[in-house]
Amino acid sequence: MQTLLVASRKGLFVWRGAGDQWKMRAHHFAGEPVTQVLCDPRNGDWYAALRLGHFGAKLHKSSDQGNRWTEVASPAFPPKPTIGPMADDPTPWNVELIWSLTASGADQPGTLWAGCMPAGLFKSEDGGRSWALNTSLWEDPRRLQWMGGGNDYPGMHSLLLDPRDANHLRVAISCGGVWQSRNSGQTWELTADGMKADYLPAGSLQDPNAQDPHRMVQCQSHPDVLWVQHHCGIYRSTDGGRLWQDIPAPVPSGFGFAVACDPQDPLRAWFAPAQSDMHRYPVGGKMVVTRTDDGGRSFKLLDRGLPAHDAYHLVYRHSMELAPDRQTLALSSTTGGLWISPDAGEQWHCLSRDLPPVAALGWVRDWR
Amino acid sequence: MVTVEFASSLRRHVECAPQRVQAGNLRLVLEAALLAAPELAPYVFDDQRCVRKHVAVFVNQDLVRDRIRLDQTLRTDDHVLVIQALTGG
Repeated sequence: MQTLLVASRKGLFVWRGAGDQWKMRAHHFAGEPVTQVLCDPRNGDWYAALRLGHFGAKLHKSSDQGNRWTEVASPAFPPKPTIGPMADDPTPWNVELIWSLTASGADQPGTLWAGCMPAGLFKSEDGGRSWALNTSLWEDPRRLQWMGGGNDYPGMHSLLLDPRDANHLRVAISCGGVWQSRNSGQTWELTADGMKADYLPAGSLQDPNAQDPHRMVQCQSHPDVLWVQHHCGIYRSTDGGRLWQDIPAPVPSGFGFAVACDPQDPLRAWFAPAQSDMHRYPVGGKMVVTRTDDGGRSFKLLDRGLPAHDAYHLVYRHSMELAPDRQTLALSSTTGGLWISPDAGEQWHCLSRDLPPVAALGWVRDWR
Repeated sequence: MVTVEFASSLRRHVECAPQRVQAGNLRLVLEAALLAAPELAPYVFDDQRCVRKHVAVFVNQDLVRDRIRLDQTLRTDDHVLVIQALTGG
């Protein structure tokens, strides 16, 4: 049996099952928007980030598989300076959305990282009881050039800790490129060379600080291999994210938000294409997933069991996740669809087409 | 004393009974009332300690438009009501 957490516009759903037999077992935070989930691989704790329409971003934690939830502190910006270079910062110093949550390494128990919108990075060293803004990145003057990508403000949606060294962070920002820190956030380097934003003015197309990576993932056993679904296509890096290679757009499209990669095989990744940025739904109304098994040289189109026509689902950036077994793939949509594939995308089983819009998925990992 | 009451839409997240606090300006009154339930403060205030844009504060029957300074002076027997603004869908 496997357990899947589904963060939706109307609460957190817990599905359990295997193969094509799945059942919804619980519904937490009914009616509330849940924007991100995390199952801490170090101790099995669950975290759920909420975005309450009236009351802001909140964070809840459960240490018993969802039976009891406790609200913990939510990341929050410090008072905005009234003097100095940040006094005129037009970005509000208010966390509107917790967009990414990551547990640090086993050698740093209790340490969590959160990426937010606006794109502040926050660290907790006490399991979420308190948070501190990473001022090094936030106060970098290049941050003031970031743009919102379809949102009012820039957001940090991808937050990766290198499995070789938990002090080596990589983050991706819409729209602010890819940044790395090798010293747990003390200093940062902008590493989006090779990416190209074809909508920017000539001369700025390759500005690494203006890139819009929609999602970035990392191969756990080959951590120098990273994948990005970018606003303008698909990129792969084999040198730890310093240089990014453009992958020619697969059929039917290179546009999309989600990407998942195999934790063992550095050549395998999945994408959920949409037609284009102006037409954010499956090409021709036919929903497909694409998978490469050769590092992006070719793609296989996977559609068995997915809606074949008149389908207008969009898969958000955190809504395609591979289970720890490396075979079970979950896919969900803004139109409330949820599908599971037990065989790496070859065959899909529809669990529901009636859920609220889904923001994120998370697999519960066996931590014992 | 000023009475400060939080609507049920807030109290369903963090319980807080009506509070009786010393008169003063609105910020001092709200901060004093929230000492009874510090976990409720992030529901009322944003990160910059301004009243959230989808939270409404009434002094007696009057909606307070200022969300930042909160320097309106309250008098003994004033009644402050904090509710969620009727926004969204």
